[in-house]
Amino acid sequence: MDKDILIEYLPLYKDALFLTLKIGWQGILLAFVIGLVGSAIFHFKVPVLKTIVGVYIELFRNTPLLVQLFFIYFALPKVGIQITAELCGVLGLGLLGGAYMIETFRSGLEAIPVIQTESALSLGMNDLQTLWHVILPQAISISVPGLLANVIFLLKETSVFSTISLMDLMFTAKDLIGMYAKTIECLFLLVVFYLIMLLPVSIIGAIVERRLRYGQFGD
Amino acid sequence: MDSLGIDVLFKGTNFLRLLQGLWVSIEISLISVALSIVLGLLIGILMTVDNKPLKAILKVYLETVRIMPQMVLLFIVYFGTTRVFGWDMSAESSAIFVFTFWGTAEMGDLVRGSIKSVPKIQFESAFALGMDKIQTYLYIILPQTIRRLIPLSINLITRMIKTTSLVMMIGIVEVLKVGQQIIEANRKVSPNAAFGVFAVVFLLYFIVCWPISRLATYLEKRWA
Amino acid sequence: MSELLKVTHLHKEFGTNVVLKDINLSVKKGEVVVIIGPSGCGKSTFLRCLNGLEDIQGGVITVDGLPVEAGKRDITKLRQKIGMVFQSYELFPHMTVLENIILAPTKVQKRQKDEAVREALELLDKVGLSDKKDYYPRQLSGGQKQRVAIVRALLMHPEVILFDEVTAALDPEMVHEVLETMIALAKGGSTMLIVTHEMAFAKAVADRIVFLDKGDIVEETEDVAGFFNEPETDRAKKFLKTFSYE
Repeated sequence: MDKDILIEYLPLYKDALFLTLKIGWQGILLAFVIGLVGSAIFHFKVPVLKTIVGVYIELFRNTPLLVQLFFIYFALPKVGIQITAELCGVLGLGLLGGAYMIETFRSGLEAIPVIQTESALSLGMNDLQTLWHVILPQAISISVPGLLANVIFLLKETSVFSTISLMDLMFTAKDLIGMYAKTIECLFLLVVFYLIMLLPVSIIGAIVERRLRYGQFGD
Repeated sequence: MDSLGIDVLFKGTNFLRLLQGLWVSIEISLISVALSIVLGLLIGILMTVDNKPLKAILKVYLETVRIMPQMVLLFIVYFGTTRVFGWDMSAESSAIFVFTFWGTAEMGDLVRGSIKSVPKIQFESAFALGMDKIQTYLYIILPQTIRRLIPLSINLITRMIKTTSLVMMIGIVEVLKVGQQIIEANRKVSPNAAFGVFAVVFLLYFIVCWPISRLATYLEKRWA
Repeated sequence: MSELLKVTHLHKEFGTNVVLKDINLSVKKGEVVVIIGPSGCGKSTFLRCLNGLEDIQGGVITVDGLPVEAGKRDITKLRQKIGMVFQSYELFPHMTVLENIILAPTKVQKRQKDEAVREALELLDKVGLSDKKDYYPRQLSGGQKQRVAIVRALLMHPEVILFDEVTAALDPEMVHEVLETMIALAKGGSTMLIVTHEMAFAKAVADRIVFLDKGDIVEETEDVAGFFNEPETDRAKKFLKTFSYE
């Protein structure tokens, strides 16, 4: 492996990492919000919306992100919806992630016994107050390992962004390999940078999971 | 307004080509899943064996697969092996290799989980009857894990099919690539074909994956 | 004394299973009514209906003259007048004792936080738990949790409090501390509706006994001592017999 090449390429990978992270966290934030809203819709069994959210989940869980991105980026402009590649990345990741986040929150919500809701209601709280103050905080803490798993999954999924010409890590690696054929160096940096991005989340996930398994509120 | 490309799909053999492209992904998925299930059973059992070095190696294997995007693995195998070992691996074999490598780890972890869920006393009572380890796994433990494993393995199929869409990135002509070719060829006559074509590709994936994941959910609920 | 709670012709069924049929009951301010009866007689369901946690198929429930109807918008207003304590305590596990107690007063009644805290601490002191105010529920014993749940209900200043088998999940040595708390409340003039299996406690605390069996009020009397010595109906006799060993 050529050290000079590594040093030369480093800034390119750094920029690519920042781009991936920028799109990544916005997409994940969007997924989180969709997850909260969607699971609340299921929780309150809102008619019509419940069906729409159900269809959305099935559509986005049963198709690859790559195909979703192609549809948003290449097909939608033909019906007049034109968005930038970056926004497309955020939207694609957010919509895909949202479908998974809803399921994660939903199983968290379902894990809270009904009588907790009843006891909040008996104190005169309305449905939203009950959800917000009593049910959601418990559900989220149950969902944390699942949420972190989703975050890792989504960060990994960002690797398809290069297909809509976003200059992310994959794009950079492929581009450099194509141009200068320094394959080993390029692949090495690719792995290193994905590790930089994913290892911390993965470690936090492992710690949190252990904590939750052995501890609870009041430790 | 121009048409949205549905007509292009039914021109000549276009739709058939699209389906053939889809089959390329599905074929790679099915081969990889089949290999993953067999190897995963083995790896899963090994994961439950009380041997520290073995456990550590398998742990590293699992975590590597979990943390690296499949696309990165695909790149390493497709571009890297040629370079380092001088192998001339075809894109298809690279894809099958990577997806099996990934699927085996996932399957192995599922197998490990379901073996762990069988109470220890089941092993002990099998040993007490004079069975050896292989007999114990074969006749007592694995049959008990099957009901849990089948829905999970079916789920792995949909994940695999979705993931194989990545093979386009290493030059395999699958459904998206065929779609692009069709759009390109009809650029002049049907400039908006991208909408119809990609919408149909989206739906094709859905039509393939949705019934499979419904089946998995159904079995999971029924056998829970 | 005025009627605080009034139930007329209450009918409740789950599908084809009739749980409560034609129940009539009224509770005056300051009265302590104890409902007893065999398991599955509908007494817990009755309490849940009073709080609008179950919808009813017939009859009218009023509290302070206002009708209780499950699922209606102003049900939350009404529930503020009716406190409820559950068998399984149902403290909120992610909040400390104090946070559990002041949640509804501050969020629902919009009371000042420091005022709510002050009153909470006073009440905690009365039940002997002021040193536990910053504990989480899981760090408390069952009896302590149930006393906190009672304080939580009290801080809403309800007109009437419903107690649903509040000692049934407790270890025997903790039953006493909870019942003491309830007797103190009764003496303080609270209006209470209690479902319980503790006969000695029922005898001590009740102004009136209601004996419920198979969804019916079989016997209802203010002669509490008399009821436990010599109930009028055979069904009540048979029921009371299950508590004695000879």
